[in-house]
Amino acid sequence: MGGLPLGEITRRLEAWLEVEFTLQDVCGFARAIAALAPSEQDFILDWTQKLSAAHVQLAHLFAGQAPGLLARVDRRLIDAWLVEALDAIDREGLQAAVAVLRAAEGSLALHQGRAESVALTDARGILLTIARGFSGRRLQLEASEGETAWTDGETLHLPALMARLPSAADNFALYKTLVAMLWAQGHFGTTRALAEGALSGHPSPARALSCFNALETLRLEACIARELPGLGRDIRRFRQQGAPLPPAWRGYAERLGDPDAGSRDSLELVPEALSAALPPPAHHQCELRPEAVVARIAREKMLLRLRLSELAGPSPVAREGEQARRFELKRHEDQSGTPGELELFLGDAPVAPPEDVRQLLASVRFDFGDVPPEYLQAAGPGEYAAERQRETRRDPDQVWQGSYHEEGAVLYPEWDVDRGHYRKNWCVMREKDVPPGDLDFIRNTLVKHGALVRRLRRSFESMQHEERLQKRQAHGEHVDLDALVEALSELSGGGEMSELLYARLSRTGRNVAVAFLVDMSGSTKGWVNDAEREALVLMCEALETLGDRYAIYGFSGMTRKKCELFRIKRFDEPYDDEVRARISGIRPQDYTRMGFAVRHLSRLLLDVEARSRLLITLTDGRPEDYNDHYRGEYGIADTRQALLEARRAGIHPFCITIDREGRDYLARLYGPARFVVLDQVAALPLKVAEIYRRLTV
Amino acid sequence: MPSPDSLVTLAPQRIASEPYYQPTGDEVALFEAAHRHRLPMLLKGPTGCGKTRFVEYMAWRLNRPLVTVACHDDLTASDLVGRYLIVGGQTVWIDGPLAAAVRGGAICYLDEIVEARKDTMVVIHPLADGRRILPIDKRGEVLHAPDDFMLVISYNPGYQSVLKELKQSTRQRFVACEFDYPDAATEAGIVVRESGLAPELAAKLVKFAQMTRNLKGNGLDEGASTRLLVHAGQLIAAGLSPAAACRGAIAQAITDDAETLAAVQELSASLF
Repeated sequence: MGGLPLGEITRRLEAWLEVEFTLQDVCGFARAIAALAPSEQDFILDWTQKLSAAHVQLAHLFAGQAPGLLARVDRRLIDAWLVEALDAIDREGLQAAVAVLRAAEGSLALHQGRAESVALTDARGILLTIARGFSGRRLQLEASEGETAWTDGETLHLPALMARLPSAADNFALYKTLVAMLWAQGHFGTTRALAEGALSGHPSPARALSCFNALETLRLEACIARELPGLGRDIRRFRQQGAPLPPAWRGYAERLGDPDAGSRDSLELVPEALSAALPPPAHHQCELRPEAVVARIAREKMLLRLRLSELAGPSPVAREGEQARRFELKRHEDQSGTPGELELFLGDAPVAPPEDVRQLLASVRFDFGDVPPEYLQAAGPGEYAAERQRETRRDPDQVWQGSYHEEGAVLYPEWDVDRGHYRKNWCVMREKDVPPGDLDFIRNTLVKHGALVRRLRRSFESMQHEERLQKRQAHGEHVDLDALVEALSELSGGGEMSELLYARLSRTGRNVAVAFLVDMSGSTKGWVNDAEREALVLMCEALETLGDRYAIYGFSGMTRKKCELFRIKRFDEPYDDEVRARISGIRPQDYTRMGFAVRHLSRLLLDVEARSRLLITLTDGRPEDYNDHYRGEYGIADTRQALLEARRAGIHPFCITIDREGRDYLARLYGPARFVVLDQVAALPLKVAEIYRRLTV
Repeated sequence: MPSPDSLVTLAPQRIASEPYYQPTGDEVALFEAAHRHRLPMLLKGPTGCGKTRFVEYMAWRLNRPLVTVACHDDLTASDLVGRYLIVGGQTVWIDGPLAAAVRGGAICYLDEIVEARKDTMVVIHPLADGRRILPIDKRGEVLHAPDDFMLVISYNPGYQSVLKELKQSTRQRFVACEFDYPDAATEAGIVVRESGLAPELAAKLVKFAQMTRNLKGNGLDEGASTRLLVHAGQLIAAGLSPAAACRGAIAQAITDDAETLAAVQELSASLF
């Protein structure tokens, strides 16, 4: 066997499952695990440990199921399923994660033996691109709660795992077919039929709906076979693998396969088809959810009317005002009479709709083929309830006066070293402005370091030579007269004439963008804060001489829900009094949660076009947060991961710190030659610019 | 050292036979009117939608020689105007393509003008307004453009970069005309005509192109151009399978990103 002895397994399980406190018996689990092959033992123990880091109850649930599951189900499937559960606990808490584990327990059992499954998380990027390629709309993609695939017309819901067919290639093809079927529901009129309330008055609506669905599936299959013959072949294959259609249904398939057939034809067939049993659903059959479609349309209608109300300006009191707040869509016609783009009018004046309104209009037109007039009536003052539909952008500070809201924030992942994968959308990041401070601080700094500023300017000036004339070249736009005179005299003296006779303007221009990330954690209070601010003032003076593009952001965080980046200078902002006042206004805040800051600044840096991109961090210590979790190994691992991501994207990270104990962890974070530890706080202002010069010559 | 004979003077090319061009709007009339009134033209549009072919066609139609310069980020003003070379111990002036076009009353087409270095704008501006002159500083000469000369520039507004914007002072000298991919039927017709592909397959290629254009900004910087469709069509007509042709001529050409590439291939597999 070579596996672990029973005693060792029991000991580990007892520790991870906290038997001391939970008093649960793990002997049964341990015996089952001990009977497995070593690699299977490792797999189960490894996951049990990871899950116990998230919550002991998850680990307990898994350890109990695992031995039985492993005998029946592919490991990759189990991996995907557990990652799903961990995402659920991050997103919605323990109950959701337990629900995932329990739900999957049943559905995993349904899957074919050791099917080569495909997880939605792996295929998501490709499927989403395919969906958008088919539709040309910004469709979304989400895991559905069960085994079904359905859509409200905006978001495609697909099963989190696909293991209905034996091979991975087929399972992926099935995913792709589901995407096409859901797209076809919108494109070929099924969604519109649902939106118009088809079958809603039927005596047994549920049965009628599944009958309509089976008929529409046949019709959409034919539509796809015509539009996308490659996919049509896949669908035919899936059909052949399933049970054959009853004879009556073969007739329906023929009728609905006519290119002129529409959802109306399926509706007309429903009463007749209901008289016999429905055929068993094919692998690629989706579900229809009229209530979701109707809810999405109502949401979009309200959203559209609210946005139009904003476009129309302040609401009128008089009755005729209501008329004035009605928009109209007119088709623009050019001289040749060919119909052009639709234009939005308020009264007689054309209105240029912002992008979100344009998208909403496109969506409504997609549902109804046209925009019904009631959609174009700006929302009136009485429709307050509608306010709730809006996703508004609020002032970050206002949000904070409430409880933990995630509105208007950017979400970033965080690397969880214990689990060995990312926690998705974990950090709730907001950009805020630094409140302006006193300009006297800037003036005093410039006076205090006057000589240094002058020296820095000079040394930075020598770095900036934009274009240099290179002489004695084989090619170039000018004749190098000196070289020519020399060559001619050589020639007349009987020598050989040189060919290096041209001068060329060469661009050795700098093409550098740099982002400074300044530690604004509470520990920088006092001395360090002053030194940081002084260093930034000197740095800006030097960078202005050099002409490099630069941005300055401060970071601070307290728990993952309050990760804050303070704008001091954006890349596109000039170094003016406003920026100076913000530098002066930098004040210590909370803790040093760092990963999100590195990730966000990397994103900003990548938006700037530059040959070299630098990310320079000024800090006074290691990453930490107020709960113990981010402190120590976890925080360092996350920061390291964020820096690795940055480096992979072509950004050069560098760190300047005054933490004298920094040497041991900084080499791991930044690499051996990518950081500087300053012994004295007072040296910071003098050194930062100098270090920058060395980095970029 | 180059001998005098080996120096090729940049003679404007006259287009001998009618290039195939399928008009999609009133661009031909606009170009002719601009030429008649000695106005320069700016062609906007995504890559591979037929801007260069259009200029070739117009040069043929107006019976003017054509000088085409593909601009790149090291193209300087002297590359356009000309320079002294040393031949047998003597300096010899060689006209650049722009000066040659002005002298010859040709149509000068500067393709992707925003790629060129900023100093090129200095020589373009006096040519593009009422003065219609090209000063050659190094020779102390000022060329006056004859009536037949026409300056045409093109650029692709689809680029996101702020560095590749055309300045107002430049763009407001030109008559502008926007190009886009033709509608599906016209585009299929172009593919059939240019590649000899069967109409049915050409229509599928166009449908595939539209799917990739749907992805603009969603993983792709730009969708498949008409030019790529013609390439793919030629490969298919030469006996390659549609899947291989789409992969080689289209998918690999528009992206390097593995995931987007896989998705684009799936889209083409759905069609063929």
